[in-house]
Parts: sequence; C-alpha cells; structure tokens
Amino acid sequence: MEEILEILEKNSRISDEEIALMLNMDADEVRSIREKLEKENIILAYNTIINWEKTKKETVTALIEVKVTPQRGQGFDKVAERIYKFPEVKSCYLMSGDFDLTVIVEGKSMKEVALFVAQKLAPLESVLSTSTHFVLKKYKAEGTIFEEKEQDDREAVIL
Amino acid sequence: MNMRDMILPVVRDMPSSGIRKFFDLVNEVKDAISLSIGEPDFLTPWHIREAAIYSLEKGRTRYSPNAGLLELRKEVSCYVKRKYGLEYDPEKEIIITVGGSEAIDIALRSLVGPGDEVIIPEPSFVAYKPCTVFTGATPVTVELKVEHDFRLQPEQLLEAITDRTKVLILPYPNNPTGAVMFEEDLRKIADVLKDRDIVVISDEIYAELTYGKRHVSIANFPEMKEKTLVINGFSKAFSMTGWRLGYACGHPSLIEAMYKVHQYAIMCSPTTSQHAAIEALKNGDDHVDAMVREYNRRRRVMVDGFRRAGLDCFEPLGAFYVFPCIRTTGMSSEEFCERLLMEEKVAVVPGNAFGKCGEGFVRACYAASMENIIEAMKRIQNFTIKHSKELV
Repeated sequence: MEEILEILEKNSRISDEEIALMLNMDADEVRSIREKLEKENIILAYNTIINWEKTKKETVTALIEVKVTPQRGQGFDKVAERIYKFPEVKSCYLMSGDFDLTVIVEGKSMKEVALFVAQKLAPLESVLSTSTHFVLKKYKAEGTIFEEKEQDDREAVIL
Repeated sequence: MNMRDMILPVVRDMPSSGIRKFFDLVNEVKDAISLSIGEPDFLTPWHIREAAIYSLEKGRTRYSPNAGLLELRKEVSCYVKRKYGLEYDPEKEIIITVGGSEAIDIALRSLVGPGDEVIIPEPSFVAYKPCTVFTGATPVTVELKVEHDFRLQPEQLLEAITDRTKVLILPYPNNPTGAVMFEEDLRKIADVLKDRDIVVISDEIYAELTYGKRHVSIANFPEMKEKTLVINGFSKAFSMTGWRLGYACGHPSLIEAMYKVHQYAIMCSPTTSQHAAIEALKNGDDHVDAMVREYNRRRRVMVDGFRRAGLDCFEPLGAFYVFPCIRTTGMSSEEFCERLLMEEKVAVVPGNAFGKCGEGFVRACYAASMENIIEAMKRIQNFTIKHSKELV
C-alpha cells in the first residue's frame, strides 16, 4: 500500500495497470486499494504542479502568519476552518512558535491578496494580527524543482 | 622509430571493444532511447555532493594515506558488517581504490602472472579478461547457461580447474545478465574450493541492487573468508560513478600486496571522493532503499515488456540489467541491436560484447526513466511483431 502511495505521489497520472506491473500485482487489486485509500481520505486529490510563471496567467502567492485567539472547547480548529474555507486559501497549517497559523493565499495580483487580508482575514473576530509575505520566486514546490530538466549527459554506451 | 612497433604486443593486439562498430552507430543516432548505458541515471544524492563541497571549502585537497582515509576504512568496515555480515579490520584488511575496476586490476597483478590461469565466468563485465591478459596469465572462460539462470555450476568450475588455476573471478550480481548466486549456489562452489589453493575475486559491485533476497557473499562461509577478496564500491550503490571510488576487503597479506601496487601506480584515491564516501556510508541508507525500490519497479516493467514482445527472458534478480534471448527473431545479437536502433530508435547492447556465449542475447539496462522504459518496450514489441511476420 505504501509503495502505491509512493508511486502516485510522484506521478498521479500513472494507470492502475502500470502500477500493477511495477509492483507485481493484479490491476484490479491496485484499483481496489486505490479506491479504499480515496475513501479513507488518505489519497485526497490528484493535483498537478504547474509553473504558472511560464504561462500568460498572472498569479501572486503570499504566505501569511496569523495570530489568533483559540476558542473554548474547540481550540484552533474552528478559527482555522473559518479561514481555510475561503477559496483564495491554498494551504493552512497550525504552527508552533511565535504565531499560530500559516495561511498560503493565491490571487491574481498583490492588490487582490492585500484586499483579501484587509477585508476578509484581518477583520475576523479571533484574528489578533497578520503578517503578509509575498513570494518573489518559486524554486521548488511539493518536491519538484521548477528549473529546466537536466540533460542526460551519460556516454551513449557503457559496458 | 615506429611507435606502433614499440607497443607491447599484448596491449597492441587487445581490441578496445568487440562491438566498436555498434558503439559508433549509437553515437550517430542522437535521439534514440538509450537502454545501453550501464550506469545509474540517478545523480549522486545531494547530501553526498554537499559533503564533498564542504570538504573542499575546508581545504581537504591533499593526498590521503595510500590505503585511503582511516575514517573511510572504518566506515567501510562498519558498512560491510552491517549490510553483509562480513568482518574486516580497517587497518589491515581494507584498501580504498580508484573504483572497483582498480581493485580488480591490482588484485590480479598481485596474484597472477605468466603460467597462471584465471577462471572467468562469461557473459560478464568486459575488464576481467584484458586485465588478466595484461598480467601475462591465461584467462579460462566458463560459459554460463541460461538454463542455470546464468549461475556458475560446481561441475563447470571443476571442469575448468587445472593445477595452474590460481584465481576464480566470481561476478555476482552479474553484469550483463542480472543473475545472482543464492547461498545454496555459493555453498556448492565453496565445497569445490575449500581444499584448493585458489583465490576468489568476488566482484560484488552490484551487491546493493538485489530484488527479493538480500545479497550473500562467498566470504560469508568461514572456510572461504580468507581465500576471498571482496570487491565493492560506491558507483552503483550510491550513484557515484564519476567519483571513481571502490574498495577491496580480504586477507592482510593480499591487501598488503595490493597496497604496494596501488601505492606505486597511483598513490591514493581522490581525497574529495573519499570525503563524499564517508557521508554516503554514514547517512545514505534511505536513499539506497528508495533507489532499489524504483529499480525494482522498472525491472518488472522491462521483463514484462520483453516477454510481451515474445522474447524469452529469465528473471534477473540483481544489478540493473535484463538479458533476453533474441534467437527466435532469427537475427544475430549485433544484427538485432543495429536494426532495433535504426528502425525503432532504441539502443540495447549485443550480448556477445560480454563474451562469445552472450551471442543470441541482448543487454537492456533499466537505469533509465520509467517513461523511457515504457516507450522503449512498446517499440521493441512493434519491432518483434514486424519481424516475426517476416519469418513466417
């Protein structure tokens, strides 16, 4: 099971048949394990890592440090939920240290992100303060390096 | 003076490779999918490269001790104990060499000369025979058979032994066949050798790359330990081919002899590589495990691909090679490889490059990306279907 996840984490487009071949399993067996993993929310989604910089679409990413007041009985979960339900929020983590939540937000422009912080995030009752950092350049995300793929510089034949 | 006449005949007459023509052809076809490269496609893990950079920053740019940094020999000693249950004294029984290749060369130079015989199972790595011939000794070939899964049989060994036999080269896991020798296979070889004065040079450079059972060395048998020289290195286990670093473990007298040849020929192995190797042995296990899992997946895809193409393909359980039989196509190994390259743009190596008995086989290496392997297998299936129709 772990090896199926390892393969899918690297390439979510790979077919059940191909996984079966790689692991010496039956394709039906792989399918049923994969479906079970989906049902159990172990596999959450099959996303694609895109370098938007190379497209015409303008995007801005910001990492926002948020300090909040936890709520009685529900701790941070309820506050976090109110924040991560905004579609602009791509990731949301509870942190140890000086602040409580890391919120990663994507928008079309800096202005759009700034407005999100000013109008939606900061005014929330439990939010004490925010500190917004804009991403200038992405080098690596989700284990994938963004620069051009390396050439295979090996000799043509090695015995 | 005619320089050509000055060259020692044994060197002059040694072909640089039996399949030079095919090499040249592969170099011409630039956009081919290459399954002909016997070298990891992974780069050296970053933590190892980083350790080398750090050693340079610290100014570790001088000669190391001739036998290699003591810290590295100690790490090698721990590693072979931990991985293979072999115990060697880092002070007297281990030498760091310039790749496994140098270890093979200086071992042979320390052991054999004119009048001696060296038993070399084939198909196998191309350096054993020339290195033997250069010493003046005589190579004696044993032809491994696909019906034995390319394992050396005790009967074959007995037949090859004469009173001039001094060395047996035991190349497992094997390049080019991917064959391994299990404990019970080695037991039979050990039984043949236990009362004979024959040194085993056990080339275990692919020891990390086994699929299923863990690698066993013939040196694991107590009666064989002092007769065996274990050769291993960093190229295959840690994807460090270009660093040129290997090692040999064995009897102190043999290591001392090899030390002399090594000392006068090349002083010491590259210091930067040795610092990188210390890091590899200390913290490299997780990378190796992940790499082996990936190779194993590719191996299964490739074996399945050849079988779907209608070619007999024994299950290789080591190294990163598949060695299918191509006789059903009616072509020779070289013809198969040349036509596959020209018609489908896939490069594999003719089996006869690894000894005459490799004829009828080809070597395909799965140190290539999964996408390339899947595509190459489709093309090979096209190729065999096309030519099986021609046969009918």
